[in-house]
Amino acid sequence: MADVMTMSTTMGAMWFDTPGKLALGALTGLVFGFLLQKGGVSKFGVIVDQLRLKDFTVMKVMLTAIVVGGIGIYAMRAMGMEFPMHIKSAQMLGVGVGGLIFGVGMAVLGYCPGTAFAAIGEGSRHAWFGVLGMLVGAAVYAEAYPWLNEHLLKNFDLGKVTIDAQLGVSPWLVLIPLAIAVGALFFWMERAKRLTRPA
Amino acid sequence: MNPFRLGRWSPYAAGAGLGVLSWITFAFMGKALGVSTTPVCVVGGIERAVAPSHADSTAYLAKYIGTTADPKPVVDWQFALVLMLAVGAFVAARAAGKIRAERVPAVWAARFGPSRAVRYAAAFVGGVILIFGARMAGGCTSGHALSGGMQLALSGWVFMAAMFLAGVPTALLLYGRGEMKEVSNG
Repeated sequence: MADVMTMSTTMGAMWFDTPGKLALGALTGLVFGFLLQKGGVSKFGVIVDQLRLKDFTVMKVMLTAIVVGGIGIYAMRAMGMEFPMHIKSAQMLGVGVGGLIFGVGMAVLGYCPGTAFAAIGEGSRHAWFGVLGMLVGAAVYAEAYPWLNEHLLKNFDLGKVTIDAQLGVSPWLVLIPLAIAVGALFFWMERAKRLTRPA
Repeated sequence: MNPFRLGRWSPYAAGAGLGVLSWITFAFMGKALGVSTTPVCVVGGIERAVAPSHADSTAYLAKYIGTTADPKPVVDWQFALVLMLAVGAFVAARAAGKIRAERVPAVWAARFGPSRAVRYAAAFVGGVILIFGARMAGGCTSGHALSGGMQLALSGWVFMAAMFLAGVPTALLLYGRGEMKEVSNG
C-alpha cells in the first residue's frame, strides 16, 4: 500500500503540476485566448496582412500590451512589490537567427504559436496541422540542441540583460519615450486612415 | 453593446487587456505569458512514455521535464494556459457568432489554389519552422515579444526585429502585395 502511494505521488509529479498552478494557468489562458480573438489577431488574414504591411492590427495589439504591461510591472516594483522578473538571455546569435527562422515560419503558417491555438478555438482547421508541425519542430530541435548550443547559442551571449541596464539608465527613461513613440505612431496611423478613407 | 457579443474589439483595448493580464501573472503567479515551451513538454511527455531512456538522455527535453529519476511535471502552468487559450478564443468567437471552419484562407487560395491538402501540408511545414525558430531563440511572440518586450529585455526586442525582418519579405514573396482591396479577414 505504501509502495502504491509513493508510486502515485511520483507519477503525479512526473506528469502534473499542482492543481492550484494548473488552475491559475488555465484561467490565464482563458483570458489570453479571449483577448487574442477579440483583438482580431487569431486570424490568418490579419497576421499575413501585418507581415505584408497592409494591416497593423498585430502591431497595435502587441505594442499596446508592451507599453501597458511595462508601465504596470515597473510601477508595481517601484511601489515595493516583490516578484520575479522573467528576462530571457540575450544570446544574440540564437535570438537573431531563431527570430529570422520564426518569421519565415510565421509567414508560411500565418500564425504564431499562441495565435495558432486561438485560431483552433475559432474554427481554423489548417491551424491544427500547424500545431502538429510545431510538435515535430520541437522534437527536431531537441535533437539538434546539443550541436546548436555548442556552435551557435553559447557564442555572443550577453546574458539576461535589459535595455535600460545596458544603457545604464532608469527603466522609465526607456518606457516613457517608448510610450510616447508608440502613442504618436498610432495617433498618426489612425489619423492617416481617417483622411484616406471616406467617412 | 455587450462587449462579449462584439465581433471585434479595438486592438488597443485588446492590447491593454493583455498588458493588465501580464501585471496579474507577474505579480500574483510569478509567471510571464508564454506558449512555445509547451510543444517541448508535449514532445517530452510522449518520448518519456514511449522511449523513456531516450527522453532521459535528450538534454533539451530534460531541461524542461527533468528525467524519470528526477522528473518535472509535463503538464504545468503554461501547458494549462495553452490548452485553455483555444477555449478562451472559442468563447470569444462563439459569443459573437464568429465560429468559422476555415480550411483554406482566401489570401492563400488566391495564390496557391483551393487545395486543402496543399494548405494543410504548408501549415504543417510552417509549424515545424516556427517552433524550431522559437526554441532556438528561446521564446516566441508571447514569451519574447510581449513578456520580454514589456520587461525591456534586450532579447525580446532583438527577437521582434528579427521576426519582422524575415517575416515581411517572406510574406510578400509568398502572397504578393495583394492589389485587391477586399481581403477576407473573416
